[in-house]
Amino acid sequence: MADFLLEIGLEEVPARMIAGAEAELGKRVNDLLTRERLLGPAAKVTSYSTPRRLAVLVEDVLASQADTEEKLTGPPWKVAFKDGAPTAAAEAFAKKAGVAVAALEKVESIKGEYVGATVKRLGRAAAELLAAELPKEVAGIYWAKNMYWRAGKPERFVRPVRWVMAVMDSSVVPLELAGIAAGNASRGHRVQHGEAPVVIDHATHYAEALQKAYVVADVAKRRHSIRKALDAETRTVVGARWREDAALIETVVHLTEWPTVVLGDFEPVYLSLPEEVLVTVMRDHQKYFAVEGADGKLAPHFLAVLNTQVDEEGRAIIRHGNARVLRARFKDAQFFWDFDQKTPLTERVESLKNVTFQKELGSYYWKTQANLAVAHGLAVTVKGAGIVFDESALLKAVELAKADLTTELVKEFTELQGVIGGLYAREQGLGERVAAAIYAQYTPASTEDEIPPSIEGQLLGLADRIQTITAMFGIGSAPTGSKDPFALRRAANAIVKILADSGLPLTLSEVMQASGADGENREQVAAFLRERLHFYLKDVLGYAYDVVNAVLAADANDVCDAMARAEALTAVRGSEDFAAISAAFRRIKNILRQAEEKGFTIAPARSETLSIEARQLADAAAALAPEVAFRRQERAYGEALAMIAALRPVVDAFFDKVMVLDPDPAVRGAHLGLIASVLSGFSGIADFSEIVTG
Amino acid sequence: MAPETFLRVLGPKPYKVGYAQPSRRPADGRYGENPNRLFRHTQFQLILKPPPVNVQELYLQSLEAIGIDLSMHDLKFEEDNWEGPTVGAWGVGWQVMMDGMEITQFTYFQQCGGLDLDPICAELTYGLERLCAFMQDVDSVYDVVWARDPDTGAVVTYGDVRLTEELQYSVYNFEDADIDRLWAHFDSYEAEAQALLAKGNAVLADENASPTEKRRFPLMSTYELALKCSNLFNLLDARGAISVTERVGMIARIRNLAVGVAKVYVGQQAS
Repeated sequence: MADFLLEIGLEEVPARMIAGAEAELGKRVNDLLTRERLLGPAAKVTSYSTPRRLAVLVEDVLASQADTEEKLTGPPWKVAFKDGAPTAAAEAFAKKAGVAVAALEKVESIKGEYVGATVKRLGRAAAELLAAELPKEVAGIYWAKNMYWRAGKPERFVRPVRWVMAVMDSSVVPLELAGIAAGNASRGHRVQHGEAPVVIDHATHYAEALQKAYVVADVAKRRHSIRKALDAETRTVVGARWREDAALIETVVHLTEWPTVVLGDFEPVYLSLPEEVLVTVMRDHQKYFAVEGADGKLAPHFLAVLNTQVDEEGRAIIRHGNARVLRARFKDAQFFWDFDQKTPLTERVESLKNVTFQKELGSYYWKTQANLAVAHGLAVTVKGAGIVFDESALLKAVELAKADLTTELVKEFTELQGVIGGLYAREQGLGERVAAAIYAQYTPASTEDEIPPSIEGQLLGLADRIQTITAMFGIGSAPTGSKDPFALRRAANAIVKILADSGLPLTLSEVMQASGADGENREQVAAFLRERLHFYLKDVLGYAYDVVNAVLAADANDVCDAMARAEALTAVRGSEDFAAISAAFRRIKNILRQAEEKGFTIAPARSETLSIEARQLADAAAALAPEVAFRRQERAYGEALAMIAALRPVVDAFFDKVMVLDPDPAVRGAHLGLIASVLSGFSGIADFSEIVTG
Repeated sequence: MAPETFLRVLGPKPYKVGYAQPSRRPADGRYGENPNRLFRHTQFQLILKPPPVNVQELYLQSLEAIGIDLSMHDLKFEEDNWEGPTVGAWGVGWQVMMDGMEITQFTYFQQCGGLDLDPICAELTYGLERLCAFMQDVDSVYDVVWARDPDTGAVVTYGDVRLTEELQYSVYNFEDADIDRLWAHFDSYEAEAQALLAKGNAVLADENASPTEKRRFPLMSTYELALKCSNLFNLLDARGAISVTERVGMIARIRNLAVGVAKVYVGQQAS
């Protein structure tokens, strides 16, 4: 029983890649030791990482694999031994098994007596096995981008490997990575510890030894200390709070080995720039956390996470340096903001002719014109349904929505497209409705995100996205299983989400209609949107797959309606009655399919020829159908489904007593007609045959 | 990209060089009004081919050597993979951040002139204006003390030396450069470069040509023509004269020249 430690020493790994690689290394080591039967009963695997290292500690590793015994079976005894003496067959088998002929055993089985041999396999030593196998595991780690650095290009990895540590308890495991032999020394913080090696005297002393060398190897610990330091620094400003930013926390966690935090200031005059711009500069360009006052508004401070710990003099120097950089960037942003406003959005539309949307389709000017047509179509439909909104604001917003792509601010901060357009629109007096619609045009960015708050914003978002989807499908650029370079799935998800959350009286087919999709293009786009609706219902809202299938089989166009039906169906599907109905509908479908295969005709028959159960079903169905249809129209799905469930006794009785495929073609035809009408009459809400029971 | 970098990283011969390399980016011109961003700045360019095993440590020592006390500053290596599509070059590496400011681009070249490099090189590009401003603790590069008169102690600032230049070049780059003439210059230099490359390829393929004849071929001048095309592209870009669709095509044209030059160079070196 021992403890094993592996550390790969690297030049700084990109922050975005570390977490995945740390987890993968831990898993690979764990899987290797598991399949090679080297883990003890109390085995524990802990992974570590900093920008300069990936490490795994495995506690309770067996020093070697247990010896195993394998029982081999050979030829029948009669063939192997004649008159008690071994034959050539016995010798051949003994040789193959690697045992002496005298060690051969007699094995009884149902087929008779056979020759057997027990082969002892010695377990391999863990150190030897690890030395042989770990380099392959390490070489197999996935990196989004890697490089080679040695002459002759013998290997590729994320960054050059500079040292390797592999110890079992206190002894070095003799493995080699990228031409570097493993030892028992690590390295500490470049500056605070310096270049002296950090000898690890026992695998389990790893984290502690590194801590003394100014390296926090445990990611969770580093994250925690960053958060606490952010709190502590912010407390120096009365009433202030730092703005939570989980993604930025992860970035700075993976950029530091010994993190501390410093609070800096910037001139309040820059607060006249929009918060969106200030925060983008601070977060995306400088990796600073923003600070807000008690009123929730941005305060003229920033928080920088450092990869070092220095005294007050050093902190002042670092604070000052960071503040100077931030000031220069804010100055740039201010310059762009002022420069951009010299050409208002309304004067920028023409120059969209120079900004390519997609090389086969055209420029953003072209797209703007196309979007206007779609938006107009959607507006007509929505107005016709009695929804009140500002149509001229909508069209103005659509016309100007892409104009911000020509601004210096968006060229500098491309992630702020839309937002900048909205802010400029407001500044330039285009009205709040226009500004808000432009601002929100790229939301929701994901299915968790909010939709645009205004109707104009929602319609702009729908128009822009359906136009892109239809046009891209039209030139054969639909997404494939693995590639979706134009993020069409995200766009379609957003369309579904906007319709779901806004409650706008628009179906997916009406949205497609407005985009001018027709023919094969329309079919493909329709299938695509349906698949996205399926995704939304199942993967986002969490409805069961069979409920989703049942609901979409009846209609896949009206998003809100589909949601309501899914909700209602989920509520009743557990009931016994409903299970029975589902089973009955499945049965009906099967019978109709059989009938079609055999070419049976469906024909109504005179009721006198039908049995009493058949007549009862026919009467009940006929009475119920209009009730259910009415409730479907009113979207009173709960009631409708309850009514359908109440059909159960009559349906059961029919199937119990009646032979649907009666030998008399007329009766058979009538039965088929009856069950077909039951199916069609009650499948408006959902195709119950899709519900899986039992 | 100066020929000392572009050409020396190609081929198997080890090389170590450091030199002051002016970097001209017309689109970065700010009329002398931005404290940090210039049309032309000077990089200290270091090529280490092959890269020493302790290259990062050597880099840190170089910072100490110019007077930066690392124990008083925050240093981070943040992923930044440089690429130069016009010269068919790209690498993997970092921007080195000192107290939130980028002071060096540190790149392990993987390809140049469209060719895989073996051995690779480490390219360290120190931003001299920024480093000086940082160390002299001034807010604007124009305030950097460039020289002090030994007798009078009178100071000459970076602004004294370069501000007028930055202003005037920005005016030319953004306003006065004659777009039609720029296109004409581009086509003309490109054609000349192509003609020379054809001649270079011919002499390399000629079995009767001596090594002297092969090495005599003016490959460096050919590369200079390609650089002129690259600069003209940057000027046209700053003038807003290149549409997004045209851009890709133009980059390809310049890259073609660079790749052609790389091949001839490698051929010359081998002969």
